[in-house]
Amino acid sequence: MNQDLRKERAAASFNPELLTHVLDGSPENTRRRREIENLILKDPDFQHEDLNFLTRSQRYEVAVRKSATTVEKMRKFGIADPDEIMWFKKLHLVNFVEPVGLNYSMFIPTLLNQGTTAQQEKWLLSSQRLEIIGTYAQTELGHGTHLRGLETTATYDPETQEFILNSPTVTSIKWWPGGLGKTSNYAIVLAQLITQGKCYGLHAFIVPIRELGTHKPLPGITVGDIGPKFGYDEMDNGYLKMDNYRIPRENMLMKYAQVKPDGTYVKPVSNKLTYGTMVFIRSFLVGEAARCLSKACTIAIRYSAVRHQSEIKPGEPEPQILDYQTQQYKLFPLLATAYAFQFVGAYMKETYHRINKDIGQGDLSELPELHALTAGLKAFTSWTVNAAIEACRMACGGHGYSHCSGLPNIYVNFTPTCTFEGENTVMMLQTARFLMKSYDQVHSGKLVCGMVSYLNDLPSQRIQPQQVAVWPTVVDINSPDSLTEAYRLRAARLVEIAAKNLQAEVIHRKSKEVAWNLTSIDLVRASEAHCHYVVVKLFSEKIPQIQEKSVQAVLRNLCLLYSLYGICQKAGDFLQWGIMTESQVTQVNERIKELLTAIRPDAVALVDAFDFQDVTLGSVLGRYDGNVYENMFEWAKKSPLNKTEVHESYHKHLKSLQSKL
Amino acid sequence: MGSPVHRVSLGDTWSKQVHPDIQSERHMQSFDVEQLTKILDGGAQNTALRRKVESIIHSDPVFSLKDNYFMTQNEHYEAALKKKFHIQMLAQRLGWSEDSRELGYAYRSLSGDLALGVHNIFLKSIRSLGSEEQIAKWAPLCNKFQIIGTYAQTELGHGTYLQGLETEATYDAATQEFVVHSPTTTAIKWWPGGLGWSATHALVQAQLICSGARQGMHAFIVPIRSLQDHSALPGITVGDIGPKMEFDHMDNGFLQLDHVRIPRENMLSRFAQVLPDGTYIKLGTAKANYLTMVVTRVDILLGEVIPMLEKACVIAIRYSVVRRQFRIRPSDPEAKILDYQTQQQKLLPQLATAYAFHFLASSLLEFFHRSYSSILDKDFSLLPELHALSAGAKAMVTDFCAQGAELCRRACGGHGYSKLSGLPSLVTRVAASCTYEGENTVLYLQTARFLVKIYLQAQESPGSTSQRSLPQSVAYLTAPDQTRCPAQRAADFLHPEHYTMAWAHVATRLIKDSAHHLQTLMKSGADWHEAWNQTTVIHLQAAKAHCYYVTVKTFTEALEKLESEPAIQQVLKRLCDLYALHGILTNTGDFLYDGFLSGAQIDVARTAYLDLLILIRKDAILLTDAFDFTDQCLNSALGCYDGNVYERLFHWAQKAPTNTQGNPAYEKYLRPLLQRWRSRL
Repeated sequence: MNQDLRKERAAASFNPELLTHVLDGSPENTRRRREIENLILKDPDFQHEDLNFLTRSQRYEVAVRKSATTVEKMRKFGIADPDEIMWFKKLHLVNFVEPVGLNYSMFIPTLLNQGTTAQQEKWLLSSQRLEIIGTYAQTELGHGTHLRGLETTATYDPETQEFILNSPTVTSIKWWPGGLGKTSNYAIVLAQLITQGKCYGLHAFIVPIRELGTHKPLPGITVGDIGPKFGYDEMDNGYLKMDNYRIPRENMLMKYAQVKPDGTYVKPVSNKLTYGTMVFIRSFLVGEAARCLSKACTIAIRYSAVRHQSEIKPGEPEPQILDYQTQQYKLFPLLATAYAFQFVGAYMKETYHRINKDIGQGDLSELPELHALTAGLKAFTSWTVNAAIEACRMACGGHGYSHCSGLPNIYVNFTPTCTFEGENTVMMLQTARFLMKSYDQVHSGKLVCGMVSYLNDLPSQRIQPQQVAVWPTVVDINSPDSLTEAYRLRAARLVEIAAKNLQAEVIHRKSKEVAWNLTSIDLVRASEAHCHYVVVKLFSEKIPQIQEKSVQAVLRNLCLLYSLYGICQKAGDFLQWGIMTESQVTQVNERIKELLTAIRPDAVALVDAFDFQDVTLGSVLGRYDGNVYENMFEWAKKSPLNKTEVHESYHKHLKSLQSKL
Repeated sequence: MGSPVHRVSLGDTWSKQVHPDIQSERHMQSFDVEQLTKILDGGAQNTALRRKVESIIHSDPVFSLKDNYFMTQNEHYEAALKKKFHIQMLAQRLGWSEDSRELGYAYRSLSGDLALGVHNIFLKSIRSLGSEEQIAKWAPLCNKFQIIGTYAQTELGHGTYLQGLETEATYDAATQEFVVHSPTTTAIKWWPGGLGWSATHALVQAQLICSGARQGMHAFIVPIRSLQDHSALPGITVGDIGPKMEFDHMDNGFLQLDHVRIPRENMLSRFAQVLPDGTYIKLGTAKANYLTMVVTRVDILLGEVIPMLEKACVIAIRYSVVRRQFRIRPSDPEAKILDYQTQQQKLLPQLATAYAFHFLASSLLEFFHRSYSSILDKDFSLLPELHALSAGAKAMVTDFCAQGAELCRRACGGHGYSKLSGLPSLVTRVAASCTYEGENTVLYLQTARFLVKIYLQAQESPGSTSQRSLPQSVAYLTAPDQTRCPAQRAADFLHPEHYTMAWAHVATRLIKDSAHHLQTLMKSGADWHEAWNQTTVIHLQAAKAHCYYVTVKTFTEALEKLESEPAIQQVLKRLCDLYALHGILTNTGDFLYDGFLSGAQIDVARTAYLDLLILIRKDAILLTDAFDFTDQCLNSALGCYDGNVYERLFHWAQKAPTNTQGNPAYEKYLRPLLQRWRSRL
């Protein structure tokens, strides 16, 4: 092991193993996760190529192979629990995305949610076994998050009892669905249902797209890959154009809405339940964001402990770059953020399961808040992590730019999270809608509960800007609870400002919708402040639950750093409304520097606790043993680009350049 | 209004018809777009020349960029090499000299997609560091590409910090040779462009050791590949460093030297010499060269970095008037996404930044060229300021351009993730500029060092260090400062003197604070170096505020010169206002901190800012048209002049190799899976 990393690990103030248990939820979870990971690491079938050296079509091929073996291996190892499946897939697929992923994440769940028993009998088992491969075709070339704008039509023909599917315009071509380009032979297609001359809005249809046996597109279907992307190289995101394509009536998912053989439309009873999948995926994405940032931090911090550069004092040996205040200031707040989001992710998962039980018993009361919270937190965490991964990459200097660092891959595969499953700005505005509703509710005299209950205090406070004295508390910058309170006040204030500006615009513009657009910057700010408060709150509530004192102490410092760094970044908000004074802001800045120094000796142990296998990190810079440079050299030599000593283009171009000029 | 021919010449069917949603944006012209283009180009003659060069380049199929997104690294390198070869022939035929405007415009229209870029740096370095005989020997070889050069400085374990480099060149008086050697793994040269496959010679920076003494870094010409068959020479291990985020057209390489012997004459000896017996002699100072480096740095900003942000703005803003999503009013059709306030807030500040940086870099270059004569007269007093300006400008411009381009990409939603949008490659390319030519944090801190020094000097001898002697860009440090901003109404915040003053105030305060922090630590016993490291976070902040101030100031000064073009002056002033206010509103803490602005004033400034968004929105397409990028150069399915986004995206996607070639994975893995179901039927 590299000397620097050895020293770092020996000097840590706590045992990272104990922190790993906290992150996994229990020592038992850690044990079982490692057990599953070891199954994979020891199995020669799972040996995989370095994806960085493969072309797009080679990467696709490897990914398909992995999906094919996954099905068999999971059956063989008896892995069926959702968490265990996730651990298994995470390590097995490494940083690959699965061309058949949408079969599991969208096709099957939609079939389960919206399909009748007969439909499930027909397609469920075979799709679970990958005997048919389904995808989910919603977005179109010209239409995204706004579902009602979709143009694809499904017109019912009672003569033949079929639906006729059409993509009437270029903008209506289905675009982006994963696995559609090359892999899938079925798609659930969302289309505007037209029957008896009337349009009934969007409904889901099961559409065969490729012929069994030849895998060729069926007549009336134009399907293909949408071309190269920023990342997701191994994923065949596709397009789908349908031209008077007929499917039987039974292929419309009819658990809720129905079309009778004669073309009569039967309305669904309630639509709220379809929320469930969306809420689940978004809350899952929060955990994914945490995981990606944790990886990036692991790489950047280990590398910063190995890399030596320049001098702090002349004549002394070059210090580890992690000893520079600027490097600590770049990385430690991100490390604190990674931990914050880990705990938020765990909270979201628990909450989802709890509320899901309530829903099962017919209690939908908590769903609106959960929906608003997942939308906002998905946006808040993915925006933050997007910037943070890139900051980690930059913190590795030039080498961060090489694919050997692993960071470019983490970034390009993470960044779509900001746009898929609901574009972030749209998500923030959904949360804002809930906040505005809650605000109005409070003003009409009704109390609100849950994470927005702070709004209940607003009418009594009658906050005046610049009047520090009206605030009930003086912020103690060493207390996570007190800092939570400060964020709570900021959120309350920003929600109130957005609400008041919205009201003023409504009066001025005479149109609620125009007013909403003209206040949307304020509304997004309010949502961000709300989410920031939620994260600070959840992080600080986690601290007292940690039993082990040494772990608690180091997490407490991270929690303080997360909260104080946010205050420093948004100092204007805290100053403008007198939540903090000028001298407190100065103290915050000083305290941050002290915390950087305090965290420094534990930095490597803190990333070790994330417990990523080297193969999962996919990074030469982030190797556990820290032997970075030797392995970079080896990695480069393995690149197929170095297979021949003289590149073929020498003969083709360089020689002639030299002779002709 | 007919669209100028040079903008649209992809030869596809859609360009004949401009999308009505983008056409309508061009109906009402509040200013003369063509005139603004000429201003940006620095004169009508330049615009004409640029377009002439573009039409030459675009009419030649070899220079087509259209398959770029489908290429492997190998193919990309080869295509770039082919283009390089082709352009050399073209330049020779048309008489375009090495530093000519024509060649510059040709590079611009090719988005720099050419191999052997570092060959030129190799030549320039020989010219500035070599003796007359050395220049006479090597320059002609370079010009005729008889040799291909690269510049090998950074090592696997060492970057910006030159003294840390480990490669050694030990003089052997017996044979009159240098023995060039990589003593460790970390000493392997790493990253130089053109080293991987192309270069025959490398200019190697190494520690000179002669007569047993270490003399620091010097440059040596080391032959690395055979001129006969291009194979690596004995003692040389050379290759490509492997895949990167972008820059596939460039073969960044590694070089390990195992006691490689080169003749004594291969050490570049304008400023230092080793005599045959091993005596080391210094010959004057390399200070004059310094200016070349400083100018190069800003040249790159203007020629490469800023255009990437401009292009990102063009693509994202054009797409945003074609893309429709949701309704603003239930009765309306779906709205153009550029009509959403949140979309304006994402994109318009980026557009303002692109313009601000254009004027910043142009004015810096002008200043540097003016300083040239005094430097030739051996007056080096301007150098520290020039250095601080170029370092800070490089850091700020590359930082903001990288973030801005990524913001533009994400503002295009899902389609921004497709390479066919052109945005991913812009983003990854501009991102590289944050670490090459000096890592940004290091550069900001160099600026900060200058600021602290100037500030302390001014404090030590107030009065005697009169404002006259304070360098121009930091003169504001001793100017009379107001403690409160006088602006009250929204309109007041659109007065350049108010927001310039606000930035001057904040920069001054931060510089003052950072100097005081430093002094306090030193008084409490820390030595200067320790104290510096303990205060770098605030130095960084101070340098950033200073750079922002310089940009705002420069932009306002550039506007003053546009008196004769009132319509253009007005529209650019809005961008300047937006740039200044955007900075204030994203850093309100700094302005509220000492009460320079009150909370109420911040609210008023925000109102002014929101009003500006609406005004600039109207001219947004025209402002992006004025950059005058051809469709070929943008190479974006989303950003074409005619706005036919969806047709182009569909058409381009169908040409992807994934659609034109077979699917071997189906036969190998999918078929067996799918057949199981069939067998059960």
